[in-house]
Amino acid sequence: MEISINVKEENEKVVINVSGEIDVFTAPQLKEKIIPLVSAENAEVIVDFKDVNYMDSTGLGVLINAYKATKVNNSHIKIINLQDRVYRIFTITGLDEVMDINPVMRGGIK
Amino acid sequence: MDTTKIDASKYKMLLKSYIESQNEQSLYGAEQITKTFIKNNILPEEIVNLHIQALTELYPDLLIEFKHSMNFLLETMISYGLAHQEYQYLREKQSQIKSEISVAANVQDTLLKTTVPQIDELDIGVISVPAHQMNGDYHHFIQGKDGSIGIAIADVIGKGIPAALCMSMIKYAMDSFPEQLMRPNSILENLNRVVERNVDPSMFITMFYAQFDPDSGKLFYSSAGHEPGFLYNAVTKEFQDIEARGLVLGINSDSTYKQYELQLNKGDIVIMLTDGVTECRGGKKFIEREEALDIIRQYIHLPPQEAAEMIYKHFENLQDFNLKDDFTLIILEKKV
Repeated sequence: MEISINVKEENEKVVINVSGEIDVFTAPQLKEKIIPLVSAENAEVIVDFKDVNYMDSTGLGVLINAYKATKVNNSHIKIINLQDRVYRIFTITGLDEVMDINPVMRGGIK
Repeated sequence: MDTTKIDASKYKMLLKSYIESQNEQSLYGAEQITKTFIKNNILPEEIVNLHIQALTELYPDLLIEFKHSMNFLLETMISYGLAHQEYQYLREKQSQIKSEISVAANVQDTLLKTTVPQIDELDIGVISVPAHQMNGDYHHFIQGKDGSIGIAIADVIGKGIPAALCMSMIKYAMDSFPEQLMRPNSILENLNRVVERNVDPSMFITMFYAQFDPDSGKLFYSSAGHEPGFLYNAVTKEFQDIEARGLVLGINSDSTYKQYELQLNKGDIVIMLTDGVTECRGGKKFIEREEALDIIRQYIHLPPQEAAEMIYKHFENLQDFNLKDDFTLIILEKKV
């Protein structure tokens, strides 16, 4: 189970590309990268989940942590390109209604 | 001290025998005596020292350079000795922590003990298996004065000890609510406020709360982001998801929860579960919700308690089954 996390800055935004599986073993690496970024005042953070094929509840905990940090720091987090399996976790937990998320793009630009 | 002396002379004998004939037997003897040394916490440098003494006694005319080299070896062994002592210390510490956790797990069991209500209208089966020593799943039954049955099932995210501690908080909060507030939606709203104030930002709780009214046969329920349960219809013999929307506990202090209701008829079955059931893995493969339902379907004709146990056994017997998450399954069957 591997994860790779790439951070790049584009204009005013930070884009985080994650690939692999996010579980109890890899979630701490994601947390380490993501929390400082969303804790910057007014930050715009986009997390691309195109290559994330599995996420367990520990991973969701990291994203909740990040979401809570955005509320304190007046920053914003958006998660894009969620695969079905991962998107389902957001719908079940009701987080799709409070967080800014987009499921996977189908057939072009959404 | 005496045993050391005996060991020392035994070591000398074995060494002599080996130097003279290089026989297997003395090597075997060396292996045996090493075991006694380890058992008695003899440090590596002490063994080198023993070796030097034995050698000097056996061969007094050894080269002085060789003797010096042995003393040099002795010095280099000292750090190994220290590392070994530290290892022993950690081993003791670990076994102490292990026993403390097992005491804590027992306390948790006692705290979270719940009695399955016995009523004519509803047959209830339940199984809850922790993945590790302490359970981060929670389930609880309450029998109200009005005869209604409250059923709570929850999953604390975060696993292990922190999750288990959090569970105790839920339990106390629930115990403190007055009975007139025991409606599914108001329970979740109240719990949400408690959780939001008290948990670490990366921890959250999902909960499904149902209340069965034996007079009308209605089930009222609300969900805080919990894995949907299943409803088995006795007439059509089909399963459907029990859909209920609601945000997980601990995110926003002002979350509200919608209350749903379901009319249960004779033979209808309600299945409540945690994602340990739908998220467990056989080897590298994930078990999908559909597959979990297939397994449940095989045992649904059994009385609820037996069905719950057989379903768990079925999962357990899957090849390379590995329980990654706590596993809780509750089965309710409407009897009349």
